[in-house]
Amino acid sequence: MNTLISIAFQILLLVLLPPLLPGVINKTKAWFAGRVGPPLFQTYYDLLRLMRKGVVLSSTTTWVFSAAPLISLASVLLAGLLVPLGPTAAPVHFTGDLILFAYLLALGRFFTILAALDTGSSFEGMGAARELTFASFSEPALFLALLVLVKLSGTLSLSTMLAPATHVAIDSTAAAALVLTAFGLFVVLLAETSRLPIDDPNTHLELTMIHEVLVLDNSGPLLAAQIYGSAVKLLVLGALLLHVLLPLNQGWIWENWAMTIPGLLAVAGVIGVVESIMARLQLRLVPTLLVAACLLNGFGFLLLLR
Amino acid sequence: MNQADSLPLLGAGRAISRRLIPDLALDNFQQVILDAVRTGRRVASLFGSLEAPDRLRLYVVLADDTQSILRVASTLAGRHYPSLTPRCPQVHLFEREIAEQCGLDIVGHPWLKPLRFHPPLFPSGRPGNDRVAPPGVMDFYQVRGEEVHEVAVGPVHAGVIEPGHFRFQCHGEVVFHLEMALGYQHRGVEQALLGGPNHRTIHYAETLAGDTTIGHATAYCQVLEALARKQKSPRAQSIRGIALELERLANHVGDLGALSGDVGFLPTASYCGRLRGEFLNMTAALCGSRFGRGLIRPGGVRFDPATCTVNDLLAKLDICGRQTRQAVELLWNSSSVMARFEGIGPVTRRAVVELGMVGPVARACGLTRDARQDHPSGLFRFIHIPVSSWDGGDVFARAYVRWLEIQRSLDFVRTQLRSLPPGTISSPVGNLAPDHLAVALVEGWRGEICHLALTDAAGRFERYKVVDPSFHNWMGLALAMRGGQISDFPLCNKSFSLSYCGHDL
Repeated sequence: MNTLISIAFQILLLVLLPPLLPGVINKTKAWFAGRVGPPLFQTYYDLLRLMRKGVVLSSTTTWVFSAAPLISLASVLLAGLLVPLGPTAAPVHFTGDLILFAYLLALGRFFTILAALDTGSSFEGMGAARELTFASFSEPALFLALLVLVKLSGTLSLSTMLAPATHVAIDSTAAAALVLTAFGLFVVLLAETSRLPIDDPNTHLELTMIHEVLVLDNSGPLLAAQIYGSAVKLLVLGALLLHVLLPLNQGWIWENWAMTIPGLLAVAGVIGVVESIMARLQLRLVPTLLVAACLLNGFGFLLLLR
Repeated sequence: MNQADSLPLLGAGRAISRRLIPDLALDNFQQVILDAVRTGRRVASLFGSLEAPDRLRLYVVLADDTQSILRVASTLAGRHYPSLTPRCPQVHLFEREIAEQCGLDIVGHPWLKPLRFHPPLFPSGRPGNDRVAPPGVMDFYQVRGEEVHEVAVGPVHAGVIEPGHFRFQCHGEVVFHLEMALGYQHRGVEQALLGGPNHRTIHYAETLAGDTTIGHATAYCQVLEALARKQKSPRAQSIRGIALELERLANHVGDLGALSGDVGFLPTASYCGRLRGEFLNMTAALCGSRFGRGLIRPGGVRFDPATCTVNDLLAKLDICGRQTRQAVELLWNSSSVMARFEGIGPVTRRAVVELGMVGPVARACGLTRDARQDHPSGLFRFIHIPVSSWDGGDVFARAYVRWLEIQRSLDFVRTQLRSLPPGTISSPVGNLAPDHLAVALVEGWRGEICHLALTDAAGRFERYKVVDPSFHNWMGLALAMRGGQISDFPLCNKSFSLSYCGHDL
């Protein structure tokens, strides 16, 4: 019974919480800039507004273009089902689900890129090339981070890796490895969710965009699916990071749940702070940053091999 | 002896009788331009005017910045005109403009295309030359090859900016070449000014480029006052000078904020965005319009600030000056911002000299080219403002020159407000001298604004020529992008901050 409630709670969280995170990021940025900023729930309002709108489709596009936002959203939501958001096991878990997790994210990206290429626009072609290039650096970084967790927990399932009921005692070596991995994972999170310093979600300049340009031709519910999908991705990767940073398996289960939501909001807050205090990287230096993330995670893994 | 030295002298803001302008033979005329440019002078303006049906006369204004003088020459253009561009790149746009405005056959121009896609100002009567193409429909320079791709941007952009078309030849993320097609903002101002001045003329001048209202209106009024041989009151000149520097402050602060926004650095972007508004409000305190519309009028200015207004302005300047310093210094102290500014979009000093670029773009290459110093007029004849320049020619240099100018303009405005001379602010301008030519050079915030008027026997405008600083500088942006990353284009573009409608007229 308890597991049923926790599964229901997780699914509810996965579906309802994501749009709040961009709101927190934007509020943080507004606070730094001395502005009031958009309402905390603006992304919810935006999604409702977009859902009521019609869709404009370019005549060059095919079914791929209309299907892609839905496939991306579905794949991100499925990936979310594999990650334990709080202290209890994820709704779906089995040995080796971390591979499925990584490639569900990749599947979503694949379809977004395919849809962008479908429009035949030169901007979107450029954006697709950038997204793929950077993904090929962030994917190994993600796998190295997961490898650290695998090594620490000795299991191959996200649920047992991240929220193990019987957590191995964390010694200083493991702690050091986790700290390195947290940094590496944070960079991956920024890259995967197209935040500064890798991408600028607020820019209107087509030539500098990465993710934004891929969804440039989307409108109405299709755009809503993309925005919602990005927010879900932020939540899922944020939860992953939170598990590396916080031992969420201690004490009472409700206490840990109470820590989870503020923890996720805090991750969004930190992203907001990063976006407020630094400029975007030059595009050609982004791979350097992602390689650095790979190295951090790799060193974390090496520490554990000792 | 250099032949250009024998041409009649003319100061900025002065008029000269058309009888005194030498009428050179075409090859002689061209040789004068070549000699002048070779010895470090610039072509401030080159244009055609129809003095009688079928008699097209070309005029050139050569600026000698070191000696603060201008020289003028003219020639009667025949049917064909051998292009000077291969030997003197800085006339390339002037020649394209003449070909379009006057239907002159320019032979040997390496890239003779329409500039603004409008019907000719002075139709040549030959259908082939007077044809109008729809804007942007023309050949573009193309790079061919397996991995080369073309990116076309505009004329409709994602942001709320003016329309212009950019065509990039790219290899991956690297730009081989950028070509621009402007003309979407063409309103036919020069055409509308023919036969003037009338009650509309000042409004045309004020809206030549909306963000340079004071600069263009001042240049227009100087031309008119030169033609009417009119002395302005010291108080009016001070107010004009203050307004010009306030315009510079507002735009430079806004540009630094926008540069910061383009690299995703929020603090400076938001603070400078607000501070720009504060500086615009100061202009509004002077005349009721944030962009200075209605302030500058021939014969003086239309609004006289009361003592309490002046004191308010001084207090506001202190506060805004301090806040601007805080906001802008954040830029220079953030390594992530400097990594984006330094070494991006470099323009060489040689390119600046050869293409005759002006304003902060030229000063960012170490040149001390500033019309307030080189060709002072109005208030700047009496009070000098130090020229701000920086080496490097990259985005950082262009941003830093703006910051230096902000500081100097702040000091200047404060000093001038404290010592506003008494007296009247305006007096009527009389009739314009017939058969004269007058030139005004004003250093607007983008650079040198050149206005020139030719009057006919009745003292009406036979020709009114405007050269906005953007006209000189657009090619610089194309050069800055060569070999750069296409993702750095918006940043480079902002660092030049050129006007589309100033170019398109």
